[in-house]
Amino acid sequence: MLEIKNLHVKIGDKVILKGINLSIKPGEVHAIMGPNGSGKTTLAQVLAGRVTFEVTQGKALFEGKDLLTMKPEDRAREGIFMAFQYPVEIPGVSNAYFLKAALNAIRKYRNQDEIDAMDFMALVQEKMKLLGLDETFMKRGLNEGFSGGEKKKNEIFQMAVLEPKFCVLDETDSGLDIDALRLVSEGINAMRSPARSMLVVTHYQRLLEYVIPDVVHVLVDGKIVKSGDADLARNLEKHGYGWILEEAPKPQPAVR
Amino acid sequence: MSSVAVALEPVQMYAAEFDSFEKTLDPAEPEWLRRARKAAIERFQQIGFPTLKHGEWKYTNLTPVLKVSFKPAILGRPDGVVRERLEPYTFGVLKASLLVFVNGRYAPKLSYLRPLPEGVRAMNMAEALREDARAVEPHLARHARYDTNPFTALNTAFLQDGAFIEVPRGVVIEEPIHLLYASTSKDVPLLAYPRNLIVLGARSEATVIETYAGWAPDVYLTNAVTEVVAGPGSVLAHYKMQRESESAYHFGAMAVAQDRDTNVACHSISLGAGLARSYVDTIFREDGGSLLLNGLSMTSGTQQADNYTRIDHSAQACTSMELYKGILNDKSRGVFNGNIIVRHGAQKTVARQTNKNLLLSREAFVDSTPGLEILADDVKCTHSSTIGQLDENAIFYLRTRGIDEEAARNILTYAFVGDVMNHVKVAPIKIKLNQLILSRLPKGAALGETL
Repeated sequence: MLEIKNLHVKIGDKVILKGINLSIKPGEVHAIMGPNGSGKTTLAQVLAGRVTFEVTQGKALFEGKDLLTMKPEDRAREGIFMAFQYPVEIPGVSNAYFLKAALNAIRKYRNQDEIDAMDFMALVQEKMKLLGLDETFMKRGLNEGFSGGEKKKNEIFQMAVLEPKFCVLDETDSGLDIDALRLVSEGINAMRSPARSMLVVTHYQRLLEYVIPDVVHVLVDGKIVKSGDADLARNLEKHGYGWILEEAPKPQPAVR
Repeated sequence: MSSVAVALEPVQMYAAEFDSFEKTLDPAEPEWLRRARKAAIERFQQIGFPTLKHGEWKYTNLTPVLKVSFKPAILGRPDGVVRERLEPYTFGVLKASLLVFVNGRYAPKLSYLRPLPEGVRAMNMAEALREDARAVEPHLARHARYDTNPFTALNTAFLQDGAFIEVPRGVVIEEPIHLLYASTSKDVPLLAYPRNLIVLGARSEATVIETYAGWAPDVYLTNAVTEVVAGPGSVLAHYKMQRESESAYHFGAMAVAQDRDTNVACHSISLGAGLARSYVDTIFREDGGSLLLNGLSMTSGTQQADNYTRIDHSAQACTSMELYKGILNDKSRGVFNGNIIVRHGAQKTVARQTNKNLLLSREAFVDSTPGLEILADDVKCTHSSTIGQLDENAIFYLRTRGIDEEAARNILTYAFVGDVMNHVKVAPIKIKLNQLILSRLPKGAALGETL
């Protein structure tokens, strides 16, 4: 589904990603872990289409299409969704209006009719229940005055409504109390399917206790230095990143 | 610049104009009005037109206006102003009485009055001065100050027509009264002086809309003054829709005097004119009043929209809430200058002033000067002013959800005026305003469909 080959990225003069290789098949959940400043969020943002980062080498293919030349909105319409680490507050735009505009933009791209108002309400209510969001939620301004937890829930809620093929979750667990973490994880797990893949970017293993990844990669200084299964995440939680840094940090191809 | 008239200094020109104008006046015109005209033109000759050196006029260059030798619009013919052309300036399904003025003069054939409660007067000023000057006398030219503002002075000297609305004590008018000023000028640039007076009796209630309409490329000048006297406990919602020709000039002053426990809202929407300057001057002269000043300017091209407001808290326990927003595109310019004075003894005053400006282009420019002068000690006053661009993070966020960049910019621009729109309570006005805002955004109509 997603193929990243030898991806090099810099911001200004600072090189952040130094040759990332990653291959994610339909239905797989991959986790990217790494210490602060290793380039995790940069990778997520580059996939979503942030232009402040400059790709200097390498490529990323989504279902065989060149992702890096696509506009952010076209990536979304093709089926990529990023749950932001810091979702933006937009007062004056209601959650309902925003979500409907997004859903219809995606449907239009796929030559589908605009969603009927009743169908939209039904869809939204079903997904709201999933994340324990109350009735007033849709009328509120987009993320306006939301707590950190509410914002993260809103990201997963949007993901549930838009039903992307590929989800990038950027530090979705940060700022969540245990109850919110459980709800958010259930929301994510409910979306796992053989046709949908996910890339979970996280500093801690917390979220991965609930959302069990198929593959875990460790990103250090812009390179993937180790890949493994879910046990790798548990080891990192127990022993920190130190032991990996001490191992010869030679880049390895992603484990298939 | 070949015309002989231009050889005269503008101030002399207007003074000479007044001399000949005075001779044409109805000999039966009341003495008090003659005296007011005289006092105003004399005052005008003393103060003259301000230059950029005058503090309040620092950002409003009058040179282009003063170069044009305008002819009194009252002499002009209402060329081609027919009902169909006015339709876009009305409010769809809104049930409202409509008083139309073409080039400053009342046009009875284009106007219609819906049934109004007993005792309500909604008529044109010329008729009121002719038939019932006593109703006008206690108020006219007593609130709009012509001692400092040359345009108000000129309006007072030259006033002939406009609207007179009087609501008797205790009477509530459910339907709005819409005053529509249409201007046209084909061969010579025209100048009109609409003069309005709104008098609300104790505990009365009314909604008044003023629309200023014109069509590019007509060049003309509207110098309008509205005076509002709000009796104790009265409620007024006033909407001003400035939609002049984009080659026209608009100078509008509004003076509001509020008695005890009044509730006044003045909405000012400025979309048209090459240069528009609005001056709203209000005073709480008795306790317990509340005031909302709600403003929105949208400019593009080389338009300029200036908003000056002055709120005088001269009484206790009054609340003023001021929200003015500007959206500036292309090379357009804007000025906000807000002045709140809280006088000695005006305790328990609450005054909030907010001015926010959104620049959609690098070449747009805005000057914002909020001001608070507080002489009482038991008050709650705040003011804030911001100038900024659309948030690129927000644009990116919307795009990552499949919304294209242009739509994202439109959504955020529209969101910017959300709180101004929330203050507009009359649904057909709100709908109209929505359409007008969206029509000024690139491909905004598409956004409207999904709203």
